[in-house]
Amino acid sequence: MEVFLQQLINGLTLGSIYGLIAIGYTMVFGIIGMVNFAHGDVFMVSAFIGLICVLLLTTVLGMSSIFLILAITLVVAMVFTGLVSWAIERVAYRPLRGSFRLAPMISAIGMSILLSNFVQVAQGPRNKPLPPMVPDVFVVMERNGYEVTLAYKQIIIMVVTATLLAGFWWLVQKTSLGRAQRACEQDRKMAALLGVNVDLTISLTFVIGAALAAVAGVMYLMYYGVVNFADGFVPGVKAFTAAVLGGIGSLPGAVLGGLLIGLIETLWSAYFSIEYKDVAAFSILVVTLIFLPQGLLGRPEVEKV
Amino acid sequence: MVHPPVADIPPGSLPSGSVPQVDVPANGLPALAPLPPAVPRQGSVVGSAVTDAVVSGLLTGLLLLPLVGFRATESGSGPLGLTYRFGLVAVFAGIVAVLRLVLNLTVWRRGRKVKTSEGPSAFATLALKAAPALRPAFFSFAIAYPFLAILLSGGLSPSRYWVDLGIYVLTYVMLGWGLNIVVGLAGLLDLGYVAFYAVGAYTFALLSTSVPVNDFFAGHLGEGFWTAWSFWLCLPVSGILAAFWGVILGFPVLRLRGDYLAIVTLAFGEIIRLVLINWVSLTNGGAGISSIPPISFFGVPFNATDEGFAAKYGLDFDSMHRIIFLYFVILALAALTALVTIRLRQMPVGRAWEALREDEIACRSLGINTTLTKLTAFATGAMFGGFAGAFFAVRVRFVSPESFTFMESAVILAIVVLGGMGSQMGVAGAAILLIGGMEMLRNLSFLKADFLFGPDFDPSLYRMLIFGFAMVAVMVWRPRGLVSSRLPTIFLKERKAVSSALVKEGHG
Repeated sequence: MEVFLQQLINGLTLGSIYGLIAIGYTMVFGIIGMVNFAHGDVFMVSAFIGLICVLLLTTVLGMSSIFLILAITLVVAMVFTGLVSWAIERVAYRPLRGSFRLAPMISAIGMSILLSNFVQVAQGPRNKPLPPMVPDVFVVMERNGYEVTLAYKQIIIMVVTATLLAGFWWLVQKTSLGRAQRACEQDRKMAALLGVNVDLTISLTFVIGAALAAVAGVMYLMYYGVVNFADGFVPGVKAFTAAVLGGIGSLPGAVLGGLLIGLIETLWSAYFSIEYKDVAAFSILVVTLIFLPQGLLGRPEVEKV
Repeated sequence: MVHPPVADIPPGSLPSGSVPQVDVPANGLPALAPLPPAVPRQGSVVGSAVTDAVVSGLLTGLLLLPLVGFRATESGSGPLGLTYRFGLVAVFAGIVAVLRLVLNLTVWRRGRKVKTSEGPSAFATLALKAAPALRPAFFSFAIAYPFLAILLSGGLSPSRYWVDLGIYVLTYVMLGWGLNIVVGLAGLLDLGYVAFYAVGAYTFALLSTSVPVNDFFAGHLGEGFWTAWSFWLCLPVSGILAAFWGVILGFPVLRLRGDYLAIVTLAFGEIIRLVLINWVSLTNGGAGISSIPPISFFGVPFNATDEGFAAKYGLDFDSMHRIIFLYFVILALAALTALVTIRLRQMPVGRAWEALREDEIACRSLGINTTLTKLTAFATGAMFGGFAGAFFAVRVRFVSPESFTFMESAVILAIVVLGGMGSQMGVAGAAILLIGGMEMLRNLSFLKADFLFGPDFDPSLYRMLIFGFAMVAVMVWRPRGLVSSRLPTIFLKERKAVSSALVKEGHG
């Protein structure tokens, strides 16, 4: 029971990170129908931007307030990652809109290789460790000498995620940008005829997705305290799994899928084998796509001639 | 909410890498209203070009600032420090600004006539004309290549590097042709092709180093039989097992299409790699399997003994004999792949693949069994991947999961796509260009000169960076690959190349 509770806490934390990345996949797929393969690497780039920002604030400016550092880092990472993602869409995907089906996908794979190797060249191939930023923990319960702990950083991750998701939900449901986005998702040509600036809407979709991935990146950096140029691939695939599990194109589905994948991964590691935790996540992807291709909350895809 | 109508956005208003579009407007939609005729005023053209250059330079600087301008550096075991490289950012921003300025004033000048072609491009017509001669030329060159290498480098031993390079490139040509069956002909995007390569390599590695198998053959056919013959006996087994795995992995994913299929095959590829890493009792985990027996000349070993290849055929012993033989083995395997593909394309199953790629629904309504068609494509492609894997294992004589990462799949896919999906010579050309080119980057040691980048500069670090960049650039520039027109397999009176604009998916 104690182990389960502890894993539940860990799983929800991890799941929040996956959910934030998954939103980027699901939004882009919803609006232009492509799997943004480079999204995992955008997440990794954001973690590096966060790392640089934290170093700059602590070593150069000598800041000591953890919350101020985190807040500034979050904003900086979101802005720069959004800019990176905007540039990627502009350079690598927009010219291929309307081209054949595989072209943007392959361009995205190239972009993913480009980003991870760019970071390797620019920042070096070794792990970049940070001293623990929020080391305190809070003991939830104790029984038979086993403590169930909730680290403050886990609380921060869950609170930040929940706040951002609420803000994001408001953005999509209540603002004109959100309306334009949903209109483009349904019928891009019709939306254009009605005066929606399709290009701008798609660009902003990429920027928003990247900003949420940047939050995930900073949270990842804070949680694990280490980042490497190759760290984008596996979280990227898992977040994509989350998006598929929740039903691709569905925003609540992405969050739900992220939480589920996080839980499954931690529980699998705790009760079965830690070596095969990635296999478990990938197997879920395969099983979902085969038996439930529309996902938990998605709409079934109708094939039209 | 007021947005400007789409057509009113001037093409130059969004800077940073906008690519001139010929036939498809940037948003993939028909233009709503014709643009007012541009009045070419000299001052405004130069002025807007300068503004654009400045903006794009600033943007580049901003993009590069966090990760190039600062670097988190390790200092021993202590915490990370920061070093600054703002000069480098300024240099890159300057380069981009100048490039944009030059391009805006020349190639991308507004009002410049952009030539649009309806039929196949000049390049394609040329390729079509040269096509009958290209294949024999390619194969004769491939056969002559090791001898040319020996002649030009002056001796057996100095030619080793070039023959090794030839083997390396041909392995990718073969893998490209194998994947071409799945992606180019059947139109199934497979991102886990390396799994079959791994299955082939591990099949051979495990069988050839297995003690019980060795003992079994030693008891029946004599000591040393298995060491000498293992490759030749395991080669078909590797292919069959890989094809078997192709069917197993192909079966559940048949209902999926496009991007979903790509992701599932990627997941399968990763699962196989993770199992190879974690199933230590069978595969020795990440340490890999070493001491795989070397290739033999159909039972005659390449060694210095009296029983060896050199002594038997009256030659002086040289370790290069084995390398040259390896070269011809992979050439034969690649030729087999090409030949089988060409023959299959003329048979019903090959035509069904191409029909499936163009339109699955039409295919089904014409009574083609799509399940069987997809499975045969998966299995055939996987079989050639398995052959290539066995060859890889016997060449390197060491296998480990490191060799079968997703990056490998991406490289093979890039070869197929950049070559123009479905085009055999295009794929071969792309493999030579990409793999040979990446290898050549290792040789750029002159860049280490003091007046260029200094001795700390390592050009091989930039290989994958350039590779990724090339993938994006080729996609944006020629989304259909280098050879993009289409040559029908069957025709009524005259074989005519069809422009890629007229076909839905790949290349015929």
